[in-house]
Amino acid sequence: MTDLGADGAAVFAGTIEKDQRVEPRDWMPEGYRRTMIRQIAQHAHSEIIGMQPEGEWITRAPSLRRKAILLAKVQDEAGHGLYLYSAAETLGADRGDLTRRLIEGRQKYSSIFNYPTLSFADVGVIGWLVDGAAICNQVPLCRSSYGPYARAMIRICKEESFHQRQGYELLMTMMRGTPEQRDMVQDAVNRWWWPSLMMFGPPDDESPNTAQSMAWKIKRHTNDELRQRFVDMSVPQAEALGVTLPDADLRWNAARGQHDFGAIDWSELKRVISGDGPCNAQRIAHRRKADEDGAWVREAAAAHAARRRDVVEGTSKEAQP
Amino acid sequence: MTAEIRHEWPLFEVFVRAKRGLNHVHVGSLRAADHEMALHHARDLYTRRNEGVSIWVVKSDDVVSSSPDDKEAFFAPSGDKVYRHPTYYAIPDSVPHI
Repeated sequence: MTDLGADGAAVFAGTIEKDQRVEPRDWMPEGYRRTMIRQIAQHAHSEIIGMQPEGEWITRAPSLRRKAILLAKVQDEAGHGLYLYSAAETLGADRGDLTRRLIEGRQKYSSIFNYPTLSFADVGVIGWLVDGAAICNQVPLCRSSYGPYARAMIRICKEESFHQRQGYELLMTMMRGTPEQRDMVQDAVNRWWWPSLMMFGPPDDESPNTAQSMAWKIKRHTNDELRQRFVDMSVPQAEALGVTLPDADLRWNAARGQHDFGAIDWSELKRVISGDGPCNAQRIAHRRKADEDGAWVREAAAAHAARRRDVVEGTSKEAQP
Repeated sequence: MTAEIRHEWPLFEVFVRAKRGLNHVHVGSLRAADHEMALHHARDLYTRRNEGVSIWVVKSDDVVSSSPDDKEAFFAPSGDKVYRHPTYYAIPDSVPHI
């Protein structure tokens, strides 16, 4: 074990430099491991908490088709959370411990899921804008330097495309409906547009981790680059849908070849992240209750498995003479 | 160790055969109380869109792997045997089908 750290550091630096992937048992700087666990856990928690705002609409979906689609989508979010917890475990994190950290408020999740879903149009807007923003964020993460995370992201991105398209199709259907239905869509867009822009995180000059994460090739683009890309993608989609994005300063800038858009209220993001959003307490209380209500099932399954193992191995007390 | 930790389900590695004729490929891991539950969870988690026709699950603790620290020494025996590769042998271009 002589000088393994120094050798390891050189190998790690070479791996990053050559744009290869870091794999679980490779030597890595403690800061890299810590950053990866934090980012993957936060991402996993977001998927799990993200089941709630839409899950609330499963029983109220307006048709069997919409109900089946929404069920499949919410099940995907659970799956995405589990892919990510699986990736976090390759770094030595413990899944149960991560859940406890979430419930105790010691790890965060995306602030977007602290907003309420007031009408069925919200389900469509979440698919279109929230999942659209997530796709913008996640596609570059498919090339993230940590192998298990990048592989999980590839799987997730394939499925997110369904999420975005079902949302947009839902909105197109509502826009062809009654004036009340069109108003519901516009109202949902008005409420979700700005929080969606905040999903990309603080502006670059206030994002303390960005430089190191870019150097380690965990992140490939800055928050502001991705936010701009999302705005440029969304404008023609809003036009095709027939809704107005709630920003008077939003306009094409021919000189930049990009859209200009209005100032984001960062105090709102700070407030929601620090726990004072419309639904923070409700989301965590729900997750805590699900964990507590499921405890006896996990214990019973573990006890059943232990008993069957004993029977197979002939070591159960009943089998002893 | 608290009771909570004791009740935690073990970790399983999951391998999926995408279609007949292909190898099983590692796709990730999951937690389950036993092998049977691991198979069911693997189906729900990793094959929601016809990604597989067959699944293996293996307890992660039962997987033995080579150490990345010994990588060079461990794989050295194959590194210096260029004569194992077809391109090592010079054959005139005029000779067909070889």
